[in-house]
Amino acid sequence: MALTPEDVRSVGSLARLALTDNETERFTHHLNGLLEQFARLQELDTEGVPPTSHAVPVAAALREDLVRPSLPREAVIAMGPQVDEDLGGFIVPQVLGE
Amino acid sequence: MSQTEYEVKVGMECHAELLTQSKMFCGCRNEFGGEPNTRTCPVCLGLPGSLPVFNKAAVEQVLRTALALHCEISLHTIFHRKNYFYPDLPKGYQISQYGSTPIGVNGYLEIEKADGSVKQIRITRVHLEEDTGKSIHSDGAGYSVMDYNRSGVPLMEIVTAFPPDIESGEEARLYAEALRSVLLYLNVSDGRMEQGSLRAEPNPSIRPVGSEMFGVKTELKNLNSFRAVQRGVEYEAQRQAAEIEAGRVVIQATYGWDEEKGVTVLQRLKEVEQEYRYFPEPDLIPIDFDTEYIESVRASLPELPLARTRRLREQYELPAADALQLVSDRATADFFEESAKAAKDAKAVANWLLGDLTRLANAAGTPVSETPVTAAALADLVNLIVAGTITGKIAKQVIEEMFVSGKTASQVVADLGLTVSGADEVAGIVAGVIAANPDVVAKIKGGNEKSRGFLVGQVMKAAKGRARPDDINRLMEEALANA
Ligand SMILES: [Zn+2]
Repeated sequence: MALTPEDVRSVGSLARLALTDNETERFTHHLNGLLEQFARLQELDTEGVPPTSHAVPVAAALREDLVRPSLPREAVIAMGPQVDEDLGGFIVPQVLGE
Repeated sequence: MSQTEYEVKVGMECHAELLTQSKMFCGCRNEFGGEPNTRTCPVCLGLPGSLPVFNKAAVEQVLRTALALHCEISLHTIFHRKNYFYPDLPKGYQISQYGSTPIGVNGYLEIEKADGSVKQIRITRVHLEEDTGKSIHSDGAGYSVMDYNRSGVPLMEIVTAFPPDIESGEEARLYAEALRSVLLYLNVSDGRMEQGSLRAEPNPSIRPVGSEMFGVKTELKNLNSFRAVQRGVEYEAQRQAAEIEAGRVVIQATYGWDEEKGVTVLQRLKEVEQEYRYFPEPDLIPIDFDTEYIESVRASLPELPLARTRRLREQYELPAADALQLVSDRATADFFEESAKAAKDAKAVANWLLGDLTRLANAAGTPVSETPVTAAALADLVNLIVAGTITGKIAKQVIEEMFVSGKTASQVVADLGLTVSGADEVAGIVAGVIAANPDVVAKIKGGNEKSRGFLVGQVMKAAKGRARPDDINRLMEEALANA
């Protein structure tokens, strides 16, 4: 089941990528190549093999619930392209209804 | 008037911010409010190169909740990225749990209805994720301002099973109340709906009674109280029915509840199912629970609200409404039981606790379990009444004084000389009242029984509430016979 340029455009828009026609065509080709590789993997018999989410068979390390110092606000705010100094926050396009 | 009768089915998604010291994946403090952007770091701001590390306490709180809700526990639980673009999400994805292995699956919560019947509401999943930032609206500025103090706060999501078991606005409210109560007992949430640390989002749909198909559901947000949960569901069910009756269809969308107007307002259409491109979070390794650990957590669970309500009813012979009210707050129920154990009349303890003490505590703005009146002092008060040392009327005066001074009931009674008047003293007062009201006595002798009440009232007044009603009646009877 090959991807169409339409599929590529919609995946691109989910990732907020503005693809040119040229790029859309190129990536359709690339992605279909990748899918062919995966189609070969699909031929393997995986009956009885549990789905793998991570390649390393180790259990997660959990940290104790301890508070550590946060960054100074000035340093945090300084990273924003646009800030509201009075409110002490990052300026973003108006958020409606939430 | 329509011929079709509809029934409503309600799924519920609830989110609770967990009561940890630090955030889910970093050491920033987890606390409500504060100056914007004062509790952030590279991890919760999603800066490149930062890596999340699980907070053990958050994982355990979700595990406790899942066990309390009778869930099966996934021994191997996986975390995922939910990808979407929104200003409140600095990383461009939320770490959440997708698919079949959230921490808890297939549980249930019991709700008790007004008629005393119990209904099981099935729960499909209990999972752990992180909260988002919050927008501060800058009035008239034409833009929003983001505060990331809440970003990365551990958040638990509890979702009911499909098809939904909740079938009315009332049941939706009872479910939210019962859930909050369980979370408070487990000490995993502060349960503050008005602050949004506990959020209940019902998704009601309607269908003609008897239909096998389910209707289109809408999602309700901004429900900041239990009352709003009930009203919102009821309003939305009516609105959906009106749409169908008018020949239109219900459109899948998110509606916000307008508390003042009592209506739901369209917020966002859901024309296409949002594509979140979930995939396993590569920065986090799955968590493996061993059964020994799970069993140790299960063993540490407290007695839960519904079980406790039932026990209080039986053990102390309390009316259902009293038991329910006592249990709704764990500290109040603990206070009651401590006091009831030391008192000779547990029902009286419940009455004084829910009556006068609650009234005084509310007026002072203190939790009932934290006033100067201790559990032992309340038991002492009740025992003085049971022993006949003071009357119920005087006890009202005593508890006010106890509340102000922190003295025990016995101390207050001794200090103010409030013990019950002896029979001789009451007899003297009765004689005085009879002597002072010859006309009233004549009326009673003439058959006007109503006038007796006047004389009793005069005696009570003269005795300043310290005479037992039984004594007054008996002595009045004797005195009138001899008058
Ligand atoms: Zn942080």
